[in-house]
Amino acid sequence: MTGWMLDLPLTLGLFCAGAATLAARSLFGAVLGFISTGLIATIVWVRLEAPDVALTEAVIGAAATSVIILYVASRIGGGAAAPTPPHIALRVLAAILSALLAVLLALALLALPEQAPSLAGPVLEKIGPTGLGNPVTAVLMAHRAIDTLLESAVLVFAVFAIWSMAPDRRWGRAPGPAFVAEPHGPLTFLARVLPPIGIVIGIYIAWVGADAPGGKFQGGAVLAAMWVLPWIAGLIAPPSIRDMRLRLAIAAGPLVFLMVGLAGFAWAEGFLAYPPGYAKTLILVIETAMTLSVAVAMACMIAGPPERRPQP
Amino acid sequence: MSILVSLFAAACVLAGAFFFIAGTLGLLRFGDTLSRVHALTKADNLGLGLIVLGLLPLADSLADAFKLVLIWALVLLGGTTAAQLVASAVRRDQRPPE
Repeated sequence: MTGWMLDLPLTLGLFCAGAATLAARSLFGAVLGFISTGLIATIVWVRLEAPDVALTEAVIGAAATSVIILYVASRIGGGAAAPTPPHIALRVLAAILSALLAVLLALALLALPEQAPSLAGPVLEKIGPTGLGNPVTAVLMAHRAIDTLLESAVLVFAVFAIWSMAPDRRWGRAPGPAFVAEPHGPLTFLARVLPPIGIVIGIYIAWVGADAPGGKFQGGAVLAAMWVLPWIAGLIAPPSIRDMRLRLAIAAGPLVFLMVGLAGFAWAEGFLAYPPGYAKTLILVIETAMTLSVAVAMACMIAGPPERRPQP
Repeated sequence: MSILVSLFAAACVLAGAFFFIAGTLGLLRFGDTLSRVHALTKADNLGLGLIVLGLLPLADSLADAFKLVLIWALVLLGGTTAAQLVASAVRRDQRPPE
């Protein structure tokens, strides 16, 4: 009944944050607008009773993507002013195309039937054999596992694409720039105190995904942050991109997923089918490998290609 | 008893919301960066602290109550570090070049 008191400010806030992102004069202002948009969108997803989406929006949309964009903004513009704005004709064209897309989306939304078609019923009926308690995870790992498998492969290709930006002479070094530690700085303190707590929370979020909102992407992103933080503080150095352990960690998730999927031909009804009684065990094995891969791949995406070392 | 608990919760959450509003006002109105950082961390510290305190008696289990306190502690840790980093960046910018 009082829901609109929360929904109205949220909707207005989301709209204003989006407008502020577009209208921002500086690169830095636009990035801050983007982060705010992601945070408000997270609360909107919670209000729409989609906690799984909210968690993903928080860690991927608002946190991980923001870190990457913030980092890029500070590298290319120093954060002060936007680099030479594109030609006016290009901007008008972009505005027209964006507006057209917005109108099409609005029309599609208005054209939705009053009683939206839903597969929620069949999913809840068939959740028993998977041994899972979270219907979202059941869809991702059992009913539509092929989509999740393809998604997991995207991570590997993303790291490929980023590493391939490295010039030949820097191939084989550690990803990203190197940071100098400040022995008694606040960042050093945080980087020593937070990871033990954050690693437990990351594993918990991944583990609880079987029965409650959470899962490999959300948990893996938290784990990635716990690796990136000591790295930015200069306490640890990432391994060389030639390191087989690093490469194996990135590929482990899709590899395990694919192997379990292929094993389905021999022991179950076919590709990506689980033998009866072993569904939950196999799903947990895949989720564990995927959490590791998501964490390492995301840390590599934030770090970027190998760069020049600072002069000692 | 439950009336008392509800009253306590409402009072704490309202007091916490007051600190958030005051902190936001300070962030918008204060003149220099250090004062703005002060206003912001005060909102995190006291505002969220009071809201968590008010929600504690309403928590379903001890584990949920522990999670609430943990959230507050983590926000404190993150907020403090960010404030220190912003403050040291301000000092670095203000120091005349050597």
